[in-house]
Amino acid sequence: MSETFTLSINGIQVTACKGQTLLEVAREHGIDIPTICYHPATQSNGLCRMCVVEVEGMRLLQPACVVPAQAEMKVQTDSPRVHRARKTILEMLASTADLSEAPEIQRMMQAYQADPSRFPEAEPRHIPPIDDNPMYVREYSKCILCWRCVQVCAEDAQYTYAIHFSGRGYHTRIDTFYGLPMTATTCVFCGQCVGVCPTDALEPKSEYLLEQGKYPFPFR
Amino acid sequence: MITPDRVVRTVCPYCGVGCALELHVKDDLIYRVTSPFDSVVNQGNLCVKGRFGYNFIYHPKRVTVPLVRRYLLEGQPRPPRAEAPQASYPGNGSTPSPWDWIETDWETALNLVADHLVRIYRESGPKAMATYGSAKATNEDNYLLQKIFRALFRTNNVDHCTRLCHAGSVTALMQSLGTSAMSNTAIEVLDSDVFIVTGSNTTENHPIIALHMKRAVRERGAKLIVVDPRRIELVDFAELWLPLRPGTNVAVFSAMAHVIVKEGLYNRAFIEARTEGFEEYVKSLEKFTPEFAENVSGVPAEDIRRAARLYATAKNGAIFWGMGISQLSHGTASALTLVHLALLTGHIGRRSTGLNPLRGQNNVQGSSDMGVMPFHFPGYMRVDAPGNAEKWEKAWNIEPGGLSRELGLTTTEILSHAGPHGVRALYIMGENPMMTEPNLNKTRHHIEQLDFLVVQDLFINETGVYADVFLPATPFAEKDGTFTNTDRRVQRVRAALPPRGQSRPDWQILCDVAKRIEARLGRPTAGWEYQHPSEILAEVSRVVPEYAGITYERIEKEGLQYPVWDLKHPGTPFLFSETFPRGRGRFIPLDYVTAAETPDDEYPFILTTGRLLEHWHGGTLTRHSSLDELYPQAYVEIHPADAEMHGIKDGMMVKVSTRRGEVALRAHVTEKTTVGVLFIPMHFAEAAANLLTNDVLDPQARIPEYKACAAQVFPLHEEMLSPLPRGRY
Repeated sequence: MSETFTLSINGIQVTACKGQTLLEVAREHGIDIPTICYHPATQSNGLCRMCVVEVEGMRLLQPACVVPAQAEMKVQTDSPRVHRARKTILEMLASTADLSEAPEIQRMMQAYQADPSRFPEAEPRHIPPIDDNPMYVREYSKCILCWRCVQVCAEDAQYTYAIHFSGRGYHTRIDTFYGLPMTATTCVFCGQCVGVCPTDALEPKSEYLLEQGKYPFPFR
Repeated sequence: MITPDRVVRTVCPYCGVGCALELHVKDDLIYRVTSPFDSVVNQGNLCVKGRFGYNFIYHPKRVTVPLVRRYLLEGQPRPPRAEAPQASYPGNGSTPSPWDWIETDWETALNLVADHLVRIYRESGPKAMATYGSAKATNEDNYLLQKIFRALFRTNNVDHCTRLCHAGSVTALMQSLGTSAMSNTAIEVLDSDVFIVTGSNTTENHPIIALHMKRAVRERGAKLIVVDPRRIELVDFAELWLPLRPGTNVAVFSAMAHVIVKEGLYNRAFIEARTEGFEEYVKSLEKFTPEFAENVSGVPAEDIRRAARLYATAKNGAIFWGMGISQLSHGTASALTLVHLALLTGHIGRRSTGLNPLRGQNNVQGSSDMGVMPFHFPGYMRVDAPGNAEKWEKAWNIEPGGLSRELGLTTTEILSHAGPHGVRALYIMGENPMMTEPNLNKTRHHIEQLDFLVVQDLFINETGVYADVFLPATPFAEKDGTFTNTDRRVQRVRAALPPRGQSRPDWQILCDVAKRIEARLGRPTAGWEYQHPSEILAEVSRVVPEYAGITYERIEKEGLQYPVWDLKHPGTPFLFSETFPRGRGRFIPLDYVTAAETPDDEYPFILTTGRLLEHWHGGTLTRHSSLDELYPQAYVEIHPADAEMHGIKDGMMVKVSTRRGEVALRAHVTEKTTVGVLFIPMHFAEAAANLLTNDVLDPQARIPEYKACAAQVFPLHEEMLSPLPRGRY
């Protein structure tokens, strides 16, 4: 094991190894930090900010999934400031994305008493499902841009690079290059993206059809 | 989003990687497949077949009722095959034919199978009986099948598709090291610093191992050497690509050995301590200069030198190979050249090194272990070596001297020996030789010579149409058992669904067939009363030392890599750390050999065949699934330079012909193939690559030469097609 040191999380002294993130250290010691975009099998990018924590001496809240633990750090994982930030993040997500098939996020909404109608002027994103291949369906209304699918399509697993972000700001979405149908891209239909999607925005075609009572269409 | 009734952990039924699957089931329908991220083999990653290729289970053409031909039910003699209509299922047409398929009950079907097998055995003896096992079926299924034919019919005419994929590698490894499996674990490639991939399009055929390889290159800085006639995807990750002409492996790898010896890059200590025959072998290398190899293979001599130096000077060098090495009329010699490289450099017997034949099927390793081979009892015990038959006679309650000690016929030979004085009855479990044998036109004549053919499968495939009785079996998701993957890991397969219709798991069908045969023959019972497949594996473990420590309880969570010598043994991730099974590794001097058929004026191309990511072998499964929607059609790959010379454009219909047959299909003009080389995938019945391939066999391994034959290609223009029929009414 590499060099170890101690830091304090919620007032408890814990030991960490060099290179570990705050999230890893906390989870190792049974301290729960909620995450959305983080997945142990993919590279963390600190995108959703659900895992933010308060670190003494740092001006901004720190994303625990990417910030390395350091000696003598004093970390609060559930302070009122952290709580408010997480609640707002969830409310903002709920204002634009369809979270109906993301039970984990729904549970977090309850835990943080997030109000899905806090931003009544926000416009939910309505993107029609893209059913352009026999393997999976993309329903970007449910997408929360966690980036995991892009990550496994690239260096985290498949080295295929079929998808990326397109658009900016509110219009940002996951897309193929030039918006081509998936069959016209480098996609090899491994479905690693479906495997890591947290909101069912990517869904196997068979499940999509079964929901509509059409599976095993066309075989039944 | 659907909440599953249950999530069942099992193993993928496609390739030899053996990925862990979680089948999500609702109302007995699998609607989603995931993989646990903590799985040791695949870390949550899957390929398109594993994740999406399961709905063949629900295909309407799946047969779920036992079928027998009308003539059998009516007790008639077998009518001539010429009267057999192409398809007569369900046999309720207006004009009944003796060949109509009639749906029947299990009792009737099993009794007919036993009656006719026993009749033929009584008439013609053991040599008239033969069987094909299945690398798709479980260890338990395969063990029972060979037990039936060995214990009851006293024949070693037992084989399966290992003959068609890695027989060359198995023979070479047996001769030189004394064993045949992959020496190391695939994921160890992450710590190799140089590795060779040859004759394997790993990205398409072992997709998850290819992910490990790409990661080794991109994240660990490993150097990859690809030796392959096709510009496969891994070439994008390679330090060196040696595009050799198909069938020139021996020259290229022997030239690498030549360089290693001449430049003194070999591992003297290892050679002295662990090998034999070095001096004589070195003499045989004289002729294999890199210039000679360049001349026959087209690979620049300098690249051969660079590859040799890279591999020889590596800290941990590994070799991975596929069927491009073994599927040749000199497949054994071809695989031996790779063994030599490892023995010269000592890149074996340590982690992240080794000789790694990537096994094709999910359970080809296991069915070989289970003795579904004509020369070996389970556990690779030679049938003709003293003491082995006695062990099995004891295990199966057979009188001393009862088991046959004669070598049986191999897969290709079983069919070529079909006829009134040769093989008369054949039992095929889950194989499709009418797609996978070479030279199908000839194979068709052979299969028509049989007197009685039983097919046990899911679909009436290209082979099933020749059957007399069709027994509906269950796919992987409807049965329990074990598969052994390419790195010798024995893993649990679990039933997620009840059998569809009246179909039954193979092991149950086989037990019932066996009991009926045994009763008719009046033999003392060899033991067929199994309540669960775990009891079958326990029987194997009692006799096969490598499996001694494997029980269902131990592999409940995670598989074990054999050899597992006892119940405490943790399994063996890599082999040969101390010694080789035959003692010293043997160098075997080689002469230059190449493909049996070389291009000439009439057939100027070399045709090579292979597989695609989206399909599986004979296509029985994938062509009945939505994978077929993703990749519906065959094509022939041709290099742009060749295409231009022959007036062929991308997507054009062309005819490819060899001395044995011809197929019409679309051309794909691509630099994925090299100049002078055509490539056709083997999966498509409507343009079956094996109508073209050469049925010449490797003299030792009896593997056919799928990877190189002389071919011609020309465009099919409108005016060359026959006019549409005029129509009389």
